Amino acid sequence: MTTADLIALVPLLVQAGSVLVLLAVLCVRRNHLLSAIASASANATALGFLPLASARTPHAVGELLIIDQSALFFMGLILASAFVVTVLAFDYLERHSVRREEFYILLQAATTGAAALAATTHFAIVFLGLELLSVSLYGMIAYVFNRPNSMEAAVKYLILAAVSSAFLLFGMALIYADSGLMTFAALAEPEARPIFLLGGAALFVTGVGFKLALVPFHLWTPDIYQGAPVPVAAFLAAVSKGAMVSLLLRFTFSTPLSDASSLRSSLAALAIASMLAGNLLGLRQRNLCRLLAYSSIAHLGYVLVAIIAGPAMGAEAVTFYVATYLATVLGAFGVISLLSSGRVSCTELDDYQGLFWRRPGLAVVFTAMMFSLAGIPLTGGFLAKFLVLNAGVSAALWTPVFILIVSSVVGLVYYLRVVATMFSTHHLSVSATSATPLVAVSRAGGALVGLLSLAIVLLGVVPGPALDFIHTLWIQAP
Amino acid sequence: MNLELIILIPFVGGLLAWLTGLRSATWPRWIALVSLVATFTITLFWWGAEPLATGAGGAVPAGGNWLELSVRPWIPRFGITFFLGIDGLSLLLVLLTLFLGVFAVVVSWCEIGDRVGLFHFNLLWTIAGILGVFLALDLFLFFFFWELMIVPMYFLIGMWGHENRHYASTKFFLFTQASGLLMLAAILGLHAAYAQQTGVTTFSYPELLTASLPIETSRWLMLGFFVAFAVKLPAVPLHTWLADAHTEAPTAGSLLLAGVLLKTGAYGLLRFAVPLFPEAAAEFAPWAMGMGVIGILYGAKLAFAQRDLKRLVAYSSVSHMGFVLLGVFAANVLAWQGVVVQMLAHGISTGALFVMAGALQERLHTRDLDRMGGFWEHMPRFAGVSLLFALASLGLPGMGNFIGEFLVLLGAFAASPIAVVCAAFGLVFATLYSLWLVQEVFHGNYRSSSTRLPTDLSLRESTVFAALTIAILWLGLYPTPFLSAAKPSLDSLLGNGAPSAVKLVNQSVP
Repeated sequence: MTTADLIALVPLLVQAGSVLVLLAVLCVRRNHLLSAIASASANATALGFLPLASARTPHAVGELLIIDQSALFFMGLILASAFVVTVLAFDYLERHSVRREEFYILLQAATTGAAALAATTHFAIVFLGLELLSVSLYGMIAYVFNRPNSMEAAVKYLILAAVSSAFLLFGMALIYADSGLMTFAALAEPEARPIFLLGGAALFVTGVGFKLALVPFHLWTPDIYQGAPVPVAAFLAAVSKGAMVSLLLRFTFSTPLSDASSLRSSLAALAIASMLAGNLLGLRQRNLCRLLAYSSIAHLGYVLVAIIAGPAMGAEAVTFYVATYLATVLGAFGVISLLSSGRVSCTELDDYQGLFWRRPGLAVVFTAMMFSLAGIPLTGGFLAKFLVLNAGVSAALWTPVFILIVSSVVGLVYYLRVVATMFSTHHLSVSATSATPLVAVSRAGGALVGLLSLAIVLLGVVPGPALDFIHTLWIQAP
Repeated sequence: MNLELIILIPFVGGLLAWLTGLRSATWPRWIALVSLVATFTITLFWWGAEPLATGAGGAVPAGGNWLELSVRPWIPRFGITFFLGIDGLSLLLVLLTLFLGVFAVVVSWCEIGDRVGLFHFNLLWTIAGILGVFLALDLFLFFFFWELMIVPMYFLIGMWGHENRHYASTKFFLFTQASGLLMLAAILGLHAAYAQQTGVTTFSYPELLTASLPIETSRWLMLGFFVAFAVKLPAVPLHTWLADAHTEAPTAGSLLLAGVLLKTGAYGLLRFAVPLFPEAAAEFAPWAMGMGVIGILYGAKLAFAQRDLKRLVAYSSVSHMGFVLLGVFAANVLAWQGVVVQMLAHGISTGALFVMAGALQERLHTRDLDRMGGFWEHMPRFAGVSLLFALASLGLPGMGNFIGEFLVLLGAFAASPIAVVCAAFGLVFATLYSLWLVQEVFHGNYRSSSTRLPTDLSLRESTVFAALTIAILWLGLYPTPFLSAAKPSLDSLLGNGAPSAVKLVNQSVP
């Protein structure tokens, strides 16, 4: 390992080291605030080292890791999301009587796994990163074990993650069996027999589909979003999804398979099914966590449309989409998390009746998030959807584009319902006083969701700099 | 003068109204009023201004009749600019918007008592969005404003509306959003096709006008635009959102919806759908004109069947907007001039009728025609003004609507005599429902849902109606300034899209 390798790996090393540091902190002194600060500052430090690493890109560390601009960008998103989750989790765990400090160890271990996924084309790291992410998540989902559904959610996730890993492993094995290669480049082997490659790729995509909760591999999502502690649901929706999208992006773009019509059409089928099912099933939800789960299914369907559109237009669209989606979903879960006190979890739609009149700040933030998810102008979500549509139209994917339009109108119904509930004055007198007591929202948490909504609005109004930046990421891509 | 100011003042005014609304209920009203009047005054600056010289250095694109243009970079990566422009057509509609906007503030003065700051914030942002639609010359920017104006309108209906407001506001939002996204797909398709043809990525309207697309492509793209505009207009199979939204909205909301929001659909057809895809539009013209005729007759029939005052007026809009659709696809200058006058006149007369309905509801707390009657002797001024606007609505000569409908029919006759013959029956039905409305409310035996006698017009209301009356009479008696303001732009819009299937009528009113 050379100095250049080390410099390229600094952010990842810092992130991995943070797990050990947190353990050490725990040995010295058990203090919730201390652990949370250590955890957040680890993420911040790792983020701070990204520019250092980006000066040397693209840089391959052996065969295992590839540090290029897009990898660092996704890493940045993941680290920033982990930072947000740390702040939310501190606030959330303060109100629960469990041992709190170990949570951050799991959180940072999972983040390390996710960050590794963003920077690899090698199956070994893919598997390692995935397992690191999943195994930590089992613990995180069940962390507040006295909540209802929490054990059920963790066991469900355990089983499904294991199944998806099995699919992935078998897919990798098929590809390796024929080409003798452990990298994505194997798919480009001209002499390989297509049956192995295609079968392997299909199994690989299935495994990723489980993690991304694409229809028909989506059944676990709503239960786990509902059962997990709210910050963990935010982590699942943001970090885990972000890492998997970057992996899928690399997988489809770094191989000629992106032109193979069978893979493309099966991805298109997944996208169409996800968009339709996510938005239609979301209509029936009264629980906001479940609603956001179905919404995430639909959004991953949109992302898939851009992935199918190919690297030329799709890469930028996906990157921008993921960045906006992460900020949006973190903001949305952030508000839910801030409102959920120890006894009462504030996740039912009815809890939000007239929220605007009780907590105008949080309600405005939540409205911005809902509008961003729905793709309404002045929010980043609008521009993100525009980019995806643009990518789809320029690749002449008329059917997915049409389904995207129809299904996003369906989705609009439930986003609007949430907004209308928050602004309604129906049960103002009842719920304001008795039903849901006002939780004291921490300054840090409030400021954070405020910043996120500011970011969303900025991405929607002056997206020029962000788009130019994302464009440069993909120019240098190999 | 800066074009951005026209949009910026209401935007900033809205924010100020919200902020001051936290402390007081009076400030937001005055801020809204002052900012709209100020914008109106600024806009008058362009009235009678000389059009910009075209061609010089490519700064001003040829083929338009622009009074002012302003381009700023926005998202260079996709060739999106903050491109605003005003010509005679835009100018008239901007003036109409601000004119009615001022009255929207005035009629809400007493009607809206709670959350005043937020109300005026939404009102001003809706107006700003509508102004943006009329001024945007970059298709992305146009779509941006197109979507933007819906959101505050949704809140206006959903928060200050009547009994069934949630249903109405959601339906309104969904209809417009669905059609809007189809339009976005069409815009992107046009963008991609143009980029493929010329290698230039742009959303600039004057540039895209020069695209020559294969007819199969332009058919689909035209349809995408058409659906969005037909929903807003509304054209008949797509009109069902309108009655709910108009009925449930507060008076100011109905006034803006009927007065200007519907005009964005007509404007879109005139500015985008026909000139961008002239051949496809000409092919589609018989269908669209058929839809227009059906809208005229069916809207009138529905209006006649209503027992709810606001619903009646709402359906009469469907009928009036049928004339607009008929005229737009007749595609000649005469019909288009009629369309412009019809847009202005309908904005004023229907706006006035909604103000009337709102004033009645404020007094009686009902919109049910069965629970009113015989008010003439208690409120003679109110009744007189209402009769005047009902007559305007039925197209009595001397008022703006007559000029509009007459010109549309005259122009459309060249394109399709049969359609005109059928559409002319709409005038008869309009007489029926308009007079019926007056008879039910003001004549007959005294019936009231309220124990108190209804009071006549207050000074504030009298001022509003006086201004609206002057406007509608001006349009009816001396429409030449409006016609000649719009004519150069209409000429250039039509000139660009030389309609092949429809014979051009050369003669036209000045």
